[in-house]
Amino acid sequence: MSAITHMPADIAAAATAPKRRFPLTIVLLLVPMAVVNLAAFVLPVLRLGQISFLESRSGGVLTDVYTFKNYLDFFTDSFNFGLVINSLWISFAVTIATLVCAYPIALFLHRVSPVWRNVLFVITVSPLLVSSVVRTYGWMVLLGDQGLINGSLLSMGLIAEPIRLINNTLGVFIGLVEILIPYMALALIAGFGKLDQSLEEAAASLGANAFTRFRRIIFPLTLPGVALGCLLCFVLAISSFITPKLLGGGRVFLLATEIFDQAIIQLEWPRAAATSVIVLIIFGFALAVYSRVVRRFD
Amino acid sequence: MIGRIGLPFRILVIFLYLFLLAPILVVLPLSFSNDSYLTFPPESWGVRWYVAMFQHAGLINAFWLSLGIASVVTALSLAIGIPAAYAIGRHEFRGKEFVLSLFTAPLLLPSIVLGLAILLVFVQARLLGTVTGLIIAHLIVTTPYVIRIVITSLSTLPPSVEEAATMLGASPLTVFRRITLPLMAPGIVASAALSFLLSFDEVVISLFITGPRLTTLPVEIFNYVESQTDPMTAAISVVLVTATLLIIMLIERTLGLSRTIGK
Repeated sequence: MSAITHMPADIAAAATAPKRRFPLTIVLLLVPMAVVNLAAFVLPVLRLGQISFLESRSGGVLTDVYTFKNYLDFFTDSFNFGLVINSLWISFAVTIATLVCAYPIALFLHRVSPVWRNVLFVITVSPLLVSSVVRTYGWMVLLGDQGLINGSLLSMGLIAEPIRLINNTLGVFIGLVEILIPYMALALIAGFGKLDQSLEEAAASLGANAFTRFRRIIFPLTLPGVALGCLLCFVLAISSFITPKLLGGGRVFLLATEIFDQAIIQLEWPRAAATSVIVLIIFGFALAVYSRVVRRFD
Repeated sequence: MIGRIGLPFRILVIFLYLFLLAPILVVLPLSFSNDSYLTFPPESWGVRWYVAMFQHAGLINAFWLSLGIASVVTALSLAIGIPAAYAIGRHEFRGKEFVLSLFTAPLLLPSIVLGLAILLVFVQARLLGTVTGLIIAHLIVTTPYVIRIVITSLSTLPPSVEEAATMLGASPLTVFRRITLPLMAPGIVASAALSFLLSFDEVVISLFITGPRLTTLPVEIFNYVESQTDPMTAAISVVLVTATLLIIMLIERTLGLSRTIGK
């Protein structure tokens, strides 16, 4: 008891600290981070929203007249509308293909011995440490007209002319699927915890074959991971820039590549800002769909 | 027998791993090509492109710039991120959840949008094409990770050790310096390594704010790949991948990466 009554003033102060609103120490600890956040996040995002409503004269000169023109143009121009459709369906297709590729990997990792699991886990996520420029370049080597695939097919005499595998939608699709597999695999592995082998054994003892066990037991139990992985990959696919830019060879037009071209090449900042806001709205939709789907699992 | 891994399943998984690793694996043999243009498999072999890489002034300058920026960004990320994480992880104050979401929110924004947004503000602040601008922009990418990792490693340390030190008369600063900081070391090393790699690899935001006179290495490589296809990029890639592996192995040897990330 005496130790408590002779508590140093510091501790007494610390014990009452939660009741204080903003002690000076906390403010001092947070200020540097808040300044950076304000300068490189809050202000830029506000400015982006503001500029998307500004009218620009030819050549990208900003005026201070507010207008809805940038958004209206977006939906009346068939090229811009095509961009949205193009981006949406490529991102959907990429998400589904990534799921199909990553699911067996995640299931395999769930079933192998712990030693192999650790080794394979490192191999699965290691591509994340390699710059996406490098990985995309690797695909240009594999898929190019004189690349590995066309070279082998030509030398085997299977084709007479190289097949176009890059500088088109197919190349962008292949590159994006490969780039996104590690993210999907991570989300799936995180969600595979509920998968218990005894459930599969019970189903088997009741006469369910392998396909039925997968359809009725394994897949439904892993759905939360599947939903998370799909959200992550869809969002990453629709905002990806490096891979569509390099593998599309200027022939594949997506929202992200358009934002860059409008901002850097055409210097049409208000239009680029409006396109960015539309990407963010699509993000919001994807998130809303995800949370509705997840609510159904509980 | 249930949950057994059948042969077809094994073969499928091997093919999937080949697909996943193919673009990285193909770069190694290509880097030893002596051809003047991109053919695979190469028609002649040699180290011509490694030599060319070291003679390419633009690349070498970009490399030193990226190395410098990544070092400064790493130091500043820790200097800014650790105090913020400490305040959030060890203190109670009003609006704590809001502050945490605000500081980690840049993670959720696509970098193409964040890059444009930063461009729009930096053009007014005259920060375009400057080292200061690049450092600030990279900090917004790295600090959310630092804050997350440090808060996680703080939450695994029981506050009782810190309380004991306080009880014995140590000042708050001494407690932080002698007790909290050493206990957080693995988390700090992980944050530092991640900040360095993120800054060194950052390309999309940098593309918006670098200028013709100031380019970072990833931007230089991106521009090179976009304008010409020869095996030099393969040589650069091999050097970069090897350097990344060395950094990771160094951390693994000194601390254990799985422990630092906190399993």
